[in-house]
Amino acid sequence: MSASAAATPNEGAETVWAETTPWYDRVPRAISMLFLAAVFFGLWEMVTRLEIVSPIILPTPGETLRDIVLVGRNLIAGEYMLAALWITIKEVIYGFALAMLIGFSLGILVGETGFGERAVMPYLVAIDTMPKVAFAPLFIAWLGFDIASKVALAAFIATFPIVVGTAAGLHAADANARMLFKTMGASRWQTLFKMKLPSGLPQIFTGLKIASVGVMAGAITGEFLGGGRGFGELIRVASTQLNTPRVFSLIIYLSIVGMSLFGLVVWIQRRFVFWHKDRVVGGDL
Amino acid sequence: MPSATAAAPLSTPETAGNVVYALSNVGKTYARNAVVALEGINLTLRRGSFSAVIGSSGCGKSTLLKIMAGLIPPSSGRVILQGKPVTGARRDIGMMFQQATLFPWRTTLENIVLPIEIRDGRDAAKAAHGRARDLLDLVGLKGFESNYPSELSGGMAQRAAICRMLITEPAVLLLDEPFSALDELTRDFMNMELQRICTSRDATAFLVTHSIQEAVILSDVVYVMRPRPGRIAEVVEIDLPRPRTLDMITTPKFGTLVERIRSRLDKEAFK
Repeated sequence: MSASAAATPNEGAETVWAETTPWYDRVPRAISMLFLAAVFFGLWEMVTRLEIVSPIILPTPGETLRDIVLVGRNLIAGEYMLAALWITIKEVIYGFALAMLIGFSLGILVGETGFGERAVMPYLVAIDTMPKVAFAPLFIAWLGFDIASKVALAAFIATFPIVVGTAAGLHAADANARMLFKTMGASRWQTLFKMKLPSGLPQIFTGLKIASVGVMAGAITGEFLGGGRGFGELIRVASTQLNTPRVFSLIIYLSIVGMSLFGLVVWIQRRFVFWHKDRVVGGDL
Repeated sequence: MPSATAAAPLSTPETAGNVVYALSNVGKTYARNAVVALEGINLTLRRGSFSAVIGSSGCGKSTLLKIMAGLIPPSSGRVILQGKPVTGARRDIGMMFQQATLFPWRTTLENIVLPIEIRDGRDAAKAAHGRARDLLDLVGLKGFESNYPSELSGGMAQRAAICRMLITEPAVLLLDEPFSALDELTRDFMNMELQRICTSRDATAFLVTHSIQEAVILSDVVYVMRPRPGRIAEVVEIDLPRPRTLDMITTPKFGTLVERIRSRLDKEAFK
């Protein structure tokens, strides 16, 4: 910039533009995030040191960290906690797969057919507005205390965002694209697979991202209410023993599983929907 | 009905053998709200000719184009293309819109062979890559085969859309305001390119436009439409020599033709 400015004949007229971005918007992301974490742990430490809250209810950050290491050791050693985590991961994976199967099918039915849009969609909206965890006792009664009832609840919660995302995606293609396919004499299936579905992938992935979060909530809720040998059961037991550091550290490991699933969806989206820049919060994680 | 008589000379027996498109007494009434969009449209397109239809918004131009393309059925009248009635999408029709409508997950080359892929499958599309490259060469897009549409400018995207339209070697090109989303300089340039491409392939073209100047510089015949119901108000023969050049715009003859169309459009719009 200075080189080109020097080359111009009136170099004396060089002006310095005022910096318009405030300093707090120019701080690198890593530093901003570290700052927030420091504030959070500082406040936490302060609250526990001053005993504003009873240590039974809120452990110190140090205690929690020690327990995180403890649980981590147990997991790495492949002891009972890993078995429990594996059960929960299985519930999440089966639940997500089931939700995708049902979600895509219903989404295509709703997005592609007048029958689906007029007759099926109202019922789906009605069910979606119900508090879905309230169905947990029913699933347990129908499917028992094994993982099937947890998978069902997880899938039940995750299905709706996929249906909505798929149906919305199928409507995303513009009128010109539809007209173009019509002039080319494309069949319904060709229009669906070569135009509507690819055009709708951004919306479909938005649905999948929401579902990937819901599926974990469903699995853990199922374990809280239906027992079993998963990670949710460990949390329940720890909390009845007032072992709050354990509850915190188990949640941390669960959130790692949750973030991995979410991250996997984002990674697949980046790979296959390369033409669409996702600006939704979380899509850029 | 002055429109019918005005269009009549074009379909005399002397020119009949050269007729690609023939519309006789085509009308369209939308059943939903009983709006008469088109009434008594008669027009014929001669092989190798360039025609334009011009009119204010809502005069039924787009409806006319959709009927010609076989996208919607007419309520009355007949549409004959190459001796066969148009009753749906046709292989011998190529179409282009205001938006390039390239698909962002396909490269330029994959976008161009899409009509082949839809009609004859993937293998045929692969086999058409060579022809697609020739077309890219024709429109001056050589070297952009594997670029994605997001990497093309508006004018380049429309060039790719021209290639996609031409890949099936259609008998007639239906152009729905193809360059109206481009800036004026690019638009003028693209119009001259379009003339060159049409001449080199001896194409029969039908253009819908808002621009009088564009209609005059490109066409042999301009159909001036009037709204409510959409009818052809006047048929203007453009007897400027070919090839047309942009500096013809400043000639008195060009001005007279533009003025004639403009005054007709004004009369129809404000009466």
